[in-house]
Amino acid sequence: MMLILFLVMISAYLLGAFAALLSGRGAVGRGLVSAGAAVGSAAGLALGVLVIASGFPLTFTSARLLPLTGVALRLDGLGAFFLVVVGLVGCAAAIYAFGYSAQYAGRYSLRLLGVMFNLLLLALSLQVMADNALTFLVLWEAMSLTAYWLVLTEHDQRGTVRAGVWYLAMTHAGFAALIAMFLLLSGAELTTSFASMRAGAALLSPGSRNVVFLLALFGFGAKSGIIPLHVWLPMAHPVAPSHVSALLSGVVIKMGIYGLVRVLLDLMGGGPAWWGGVVLGVGAVSALLGVLYALMEHDLKRLLAYHSVENIGIILIGIGAGLIFHSYGLMTLAALGFISGLYHTINHASFKGLLFLGAGSVLHATGTRNMEEMGGLIKRMPWTALFFLVGSVAISALPPLNGFVSEWLVFQSLLGGSNIPTPEVAVVMPIAVGILALTSGLAAACFVKAFGITFLAIPRSREAEHAHESPPSMLAGMALLAIACVALGLAPFVVVPALGRVLAGLGGLPDTHAVFSLNLSLVAPNNFASMSPTLVALGLLFLLGLVPLVMLIFRVNRRWRVSDSWGCGRAGQTSRMEYTATAFAEPLRRVFAELYRPTKELSIDFHPDSKYFVQSIEYRSEITPWFEKVLYGPLLWFIRFVASLVRRLQSGSVHIYLFYIFVVLLILLLIARWS
Amino acid sequence: MTGYLLEISQALMALALAPGLVGFVRWWKARLQGRRGAPPWLVYYDLRKLFGKEVVISKNASWLFRFTPYLVFSSTLAVTLLVPLIAAPLPFDRVGDLLLVVYLLLLGTFFLALAGLDPGTAFGGMGASREMTIAAIAEPTIALSIFGLAVGAGSTNLGRIVAQTLAHPGAAISPGHLLGFAALFIVMLAETGRLPVDNPSTHLELTMIHEAMTLEYSGRYLALIEWAAALRLLIFFSLLANMFAPWGVATTLTPVAVSVAVIALIAKLGALGLVVALLETRLAKLRLFRVPELLAVSFVLALLAVTSSFLLR
Repeated sequence: MMLILFLVMISAYLLGAFAALLSGRGAVGRGLVSAGAAVGSAAGLALGVLVIASGFPLTFTSARLLPLTGVALRLDGLGAFFLVVVGLVGCAAAIYAFGYSAQYAGRYSLRLLGVMFNLLLLALSLQVMADNALTFLVLWEAMSLTAYWLVLTEHDQRGTVRAGVWYLAMTHAGFAALIAMFLLLSGAELTTSFASMRAGAALLSPGSRNVVFLLALFGFGAKSGIIPLHVWLPMAHPVAPSHVSALLSGVVIKMGIYGLVRVLLDLMGGGPAWWGGVVLGVGAVSALLGVLYALMEHDLKRLLAYHSVENIGIILIGIGAGLIFHSYGLMTLAALGFISGLYHTINHASFKGLLFLGAGSVLHATGTRNMEEMGGLIKRMPWTALFFLVGSVAISALPPLNGFVSEWLVFQSLLGGSNIPTPEVAVVMPIAVGILALTSGLAAACFVKAFGITFLAIPRSREAEHAHESPPSMLAGMALLAIACVALGLAPFVVVPALGRVLAGLGGLPDTHAVFSLNLSLVAPNNFASMSPTLVALGLLFLLGLVPLVMLIFRVNRRWRVSDSWGCGRAGQTSRMEYTATAFAEPLRRVFAELYRPTKELSIDFHPDSKYFVQSIEYRSEITPWFEKVLYGPLLWFIRFVASLVRRLQSGSVHIYLFYIFVVLLILLLIARWS
Repeated sequence: MTGYLLEISQALMALALAPGLVGFVRWWKARLQGRRGAPPWLVYYDLRKLFGKEVVISKNASWLFRFTPYLVFSSTLAVTLLVPLIAAPLPFDRVGDLLLVVYLLLLGTFFLALAGLDPGTAFGGMGASREMTIAAIAEPTIALSIFGLAVGAGSTNLGRIVAQTLAHPGAAISPGHLLGFAALFIVMLAETGRLPVDNPSTHLELTMIHEAMTLEYSGRYLALIEWAAALRLLIFFSLLANMFAPWGVATTLTPVAVSVAVIALIAKLGALGLVVALLETRLAKLRLFRVPELLAVSFVLALLAVTSSFLLR
C-alpha cells in the first residue's frame, strides 16, 4: 500500500512535469500539469498520514531502486510529518494553479512554470526521505534551483531578477555551510547513512559538535529566513506567482526547520543548553522584527513574506525551548517544546499558504499588490474575503483557529521554564514570553490592517472597484487550506498525539502521544494547564446562535435601514477620506521609531498669493532598511572588492586557464605528497 | 450538575451586574467632581432604549459590520464562563485557562477594529488603529503577569490559581503578587478604555479610541457592544480581585458560601470601581504617544514580578 502510494506520488509529479514539457498551454495542458501536482501531493499526504498512523518507517534500499548512485531513501515519522505539510499545501497550490496560471498564457513560459512546479514538489517530497548526506544535499540543491526558476517566472517585472539573484546567493551560502556540516558529521564520506552518522555524532569532540551546530544554524537558517539571513525572503517570495509564493512560504522555508530538527535532535541527539538558547534567541528576534517590518509594508505579498519571518521565529522559539529542556534532561517538557514548534509548522503552512493564495486572488482581480489601491473587495470577492479572513484570524493566534492552539503550546512550554534548575537560564523564558506576546499582539494589529484596508470600506482605485471573484479552481484551492486551518484548530487531540509519536525516540525523547492530550483537552506537563479548543469553538458557536435567539424572544427591534456613513455634516464620502494603510500603522511607527528611523520628506506647494491656500502636498516617508544597509552593505562592498581583484586573473585566454589548472594540480600533488 | 447551574447563573449575574458597575463608576466620578450625576441604573435604561431602536447601517459596510456585535458579545460572554467570579474551581475550569481568556478578549477587539474600518470613515480607521496599537503593546504585560501568577500557583488555570492563593494566604502579599497586581491594574485601564489611556465619556473628539471605533453603530448593535464593553470591565475587575485577593470565593457549593461569595464579589467590584473613579478624577488623559511609556512601566513591573517569583521560589 505504502509502496504503491510512493510510486503514484513520484509518477504523478513526473507525468505532470512531462505534460508541461509537451504543452503547458490551454485548459488541457494546464489541467494535466495541475492534476499531476495535485495527485502527487495527495498521494504524498496519504503516505505521510499512513506512516505516522502505522508507526512503521518505510525504507527503500538504494541497491534495488537506483544501484550505484548512493541514493538512500527512508521515510520515518519526522519525515512523514513534513511530507504531510508538503502534500497539504502542494495539493491546494496545484488546484489553485489551474485557474491562476491561465493569465500567464502568452506572456510568460507556462512550460517552464509547470515543469519546475512539479519538480519542486518532487524534490520537496523526496527531501524528507533522504537517508544519507549525498541524497540530502542533491535534493536540497534541486529544491533550491527549481524554486529559483519559479521565482524568475515574471522575469520582466521590476525587481524580479534582483530578488532571484539575492535568493540564489543566500541559498548557496547556506548550501556551502550544509556541505561542510555533513562532511564533519559523516567523517568526509557523504554516502554514510544517517543511522551511522547518529552513532558517529556522539564520538565527535565538543568543539566539532559546536561547529556542526553553528553550520547547521547558518545553513538551515538561510533557507528558513531567520534574521539576519532573511533579506532575500521579502524580495523573492512576493515576486513569484502566487501559488508558488504559497509553496515557498508555506513549505520550502519549513525545510530549514526540518533540517534543524533532523540534525540537532535526531543526528546529534541534542546538545548543551546554549544551543537551545541561541535557537530561542534567534527565534525571538526573528519573530519580533519580522512582525515589526511587516507592519510597515503596504505591498500585500511583501507583508505576508515578512510574516513568514515572524512565524519561523515562533517555530524556533518552540524548538529552542525544547533544546534547552532537552539539555537539562527534562524530557517531557522538551517533547512539548518540539511538539509546539512542529504544530506551528503545519499551522503556518496552512494559513500562510491560504493567505498567499488569497493575496494572489486579489492580485489577479486588481492587478496590483499595493494595499493603498484596494478596498471594498469583500463585496466584490466575497469568498476570497471569507477565506482571507479565516487566514487572518488564524495567523493572529486568535481562538478557536489553529494559530492559537500552537501558540498556546509554545507559551506552555516556555512557562515550563520554571522547572529549569539554574535561575540564570530560567530567566530567559519570561523574556521570551513577553516577546512572543508582543509579537502576537502586533500580528493581530497587522492583520486588521491587511484585511481591513484590502477588503473593507470603499474601493480606493478603479481596478478595485471593478474587481471580480476568482474562478472556481482558485476558490477550491483556498477552501482546502481554510478547512485545514479550522480542522487543525478543532482537532488538536489528533495532531498532538500524532506529533508525540513522530518525535518518540528522536534524541532520546520519550513517546508522549498520550501525555499532552486528555479527551478533548490539551494538558501541559505536571497538570500545569489545560485548555480545549474544541469545546471553546463549540461554546462560541452555541453563544453566537443563542444571543440572536434570546434577542428574538425578547422582541428586540429588528428593523434596519441603510444610509450614508455619518460624516460630521459633510455631504458625500469618497475613498480619499478613508484611513490608509500608512495611517493605520503610523502610531506603531512612532512607538518603534528607534528601530524604523523613518525618513520624512514633505513638500507643499502654496498658492502664490496666500500661504493659507495649498495647491499640492507631496509626502514621502521611508523606513531605514537596517540589515541591507549595515550588515549587507559592507559585505557586498567586500565581495565586490575581492571580485575586482579576482578579475585580474580572468583574461579570457584558454592558454592562461590551462596554465592555472596545471599550477593548481601541481600544488595539490605536492600537498598530497607531504601530508 | 450544580456546578453547571452555578456556571450559568454566574454568567447571568455578570450580565446583570455589568451595566450597573459602569453606572456606579460614572456616578462616583460625578460625585467626586461635585456633580449630582446620573443614577447608576441609567445604563440599564440606555441599553433598553438602544434595543428598542432601529439600526442604521452605513451603505459602505459589509456583512462583517453586522456580524461583529454578536461575536464581540458572545466571546466576552464566553469569558464570564471561564473566570471564577463566585466559586472555584468551576466545571469549565479545564476548558480554558488565563491565556485563553486574554486571547478571547483579543478576538473581540480584532473584530471590533475591523468593524471600525468597514464603514470607511476616518474616525473608524483612527479608532481601529489606536485600539490595535494599545492592545498589542499591552499584550506582553498581560502575558508576563500570567506567567508570574502561574509560576506561583503552579498552573495557568484560573480555578487553580484561586485555590492556591486561598491555601497560602501569605502568597498574596509576596512581592511577585503585588508587582503583578500593579502591572495588571495599569493594563486593565488600557484594555477597558479608562483614563489616562482613553476617555470613556467623550464622543467626537480627536483623542478618542474605543468610541471612535464604534461610532457607526446604532440600535441593538450598539447595545450589544456597550454591554460587552461593560462586561469586559467587570471581567478585568474580577480578575484583579479574585486572582490577587480571592477571599470570599466559594470553594464549596453550599448556599451560605455562595451568597457570601456574591456579596464579597459585589463589595470588591465596588471598591475597585471607587478606585477607578478616584483615579479618573485625579488624572488627565495622556497623549496617545505617551501611552506606550505607561505600558512600558507596567511591563517592567510585570517582569520584576516574574523574576522575583522565580528567585523567591
